[in-house]
Amino acid sequence: MDDIDRTIINRLQEGFPICPAPYQRVAETLNISEQELLERLQILLDSGILSRFGPMFHAEHMGGALTLAALKVPEDNYDTIAETINAFPEVAHNYARKHLLNMWFVLATETPVQIQQVITQIETQTKLTVYNMPKIQEYFVGLKLEA
Amino acid sequence: MDQIDRAIISASQAGLPLTPEPYQSLAEQIGISTDELMQRLIHMQEQGIIRRIGAIPNHYKLGYKHNGMTVWDIEDAYIDELGKKIGALDFVSHCYHRPRHLPDWPYNLFAMVHGKSAAAAELQIQQIADLLGDHCRAHEVLYSTRILKKTGLRIKNNVPS
Repeated sequence: MDDIDRTIINRLQEGFPICPAPYQRVAETLNISEQELLERLQILLDSGILSRFGPMFHAEHMGGALTLAALKVPEDNYDTIAETINAFPEVAHNYARKHLLNMWFVLATETPVQIQQVITQIETQTKLTVYNMPKIQEYFVGLKLEA
Repeated sequence: MDQIDRAIISASQAGLPLTPEPYQSLAEQIGISTDELMQRLIHMQEQGIIRRIGAIPNHYKLGYKHNGMTVWDIEDAYIDELGKKIGALDFVSHCYHRPRHLPDWPYNLFAMVHGKSAAAAELQIQQIADLLGDHCRAHEVLYSTRILKKTGLRIKNNVPS
C-alpha cells in the first residue's frame, strides 16, 4: 500500500458520486487515470484491505431490522460455533472479543419479526443463550479510518 | 421501496462493479435504464435507505489493531445527554444506547474506538471516562481479537413472506 492507495481509501470512505462515469470523476480529483483507480481498487479488495466497496444500506429504513447480539462460547468449541453462526446469511458481522461474552455478531433481517426467529434458531443450534442487545437509541454512526 | 429498489439492493449489496460505467452494468442486470437506476439510488440516499456509497476498510489491515468496544453503565436519566456527547467525539465510530442484561451485563452505553496502539486506544477511553464523570457507575472495554465474519447486508431478491 502506497500513498496513492491511502488517498484512494480515504477519499472513497467519504462517498462516491452517482453519475455515468463515477470512477473517471474520482480519478480526476486524485490525478490518476481511471484505469489505474480501477486496478488499484481491485487489488485493495482482493488483498482484503477494503472489505467492501459499494452502497451501505440502512436496514431499518428498508423496513428491516438490525441487532447486536453476544454469546458466551466455551473456548474448545469456539471455531465450530463461529462456523454455525457465520452460516446464517442474516449474520452481517461477527467478532471475537476478549470477555466472558466472547462472540459478538450483528444480525440484519428483512423484517423485525425475523430477528427473534433467527435468535431462536441460533439458540437451538448452539445450545447457548443469545444476549440480544438491539439499539434503543443511535447517537452516532460514521466510521472513517485514516489509511 | 418497490420490487425494482429491492432488485437494485440485491444486485449491489456485494459491491459496485469495477467497470468504467458501474451504474450502467447494474441497470442492465436489472433491466432498467441507467438514468432510472441513478435516480433511484439518489432517492434511496435521500430517504436514508442508502447511508452512503463508499469503501469499507478492514481496520486491522489499516493498522488499527486496538479496536475497543467500550461499554458503560450510565444512570438512565443522563443516557441521552451523555450519549450525544460521546457520539460527537471524533474518534468514536459508533455510539448506541442498548439494553442491560442484569446481572451479567449492566452496561447501557456502547462506543467503539479504534487505535493504532494500545496507548492511543487507552487515551480515547480516558477521554470518554472524563466526559462521563460521576454519571458512569462502571465500564469495560472489549477488544476484538479476530474478525470472524464481515459482509454487508444480504437480502434475497424476493418479497419477504
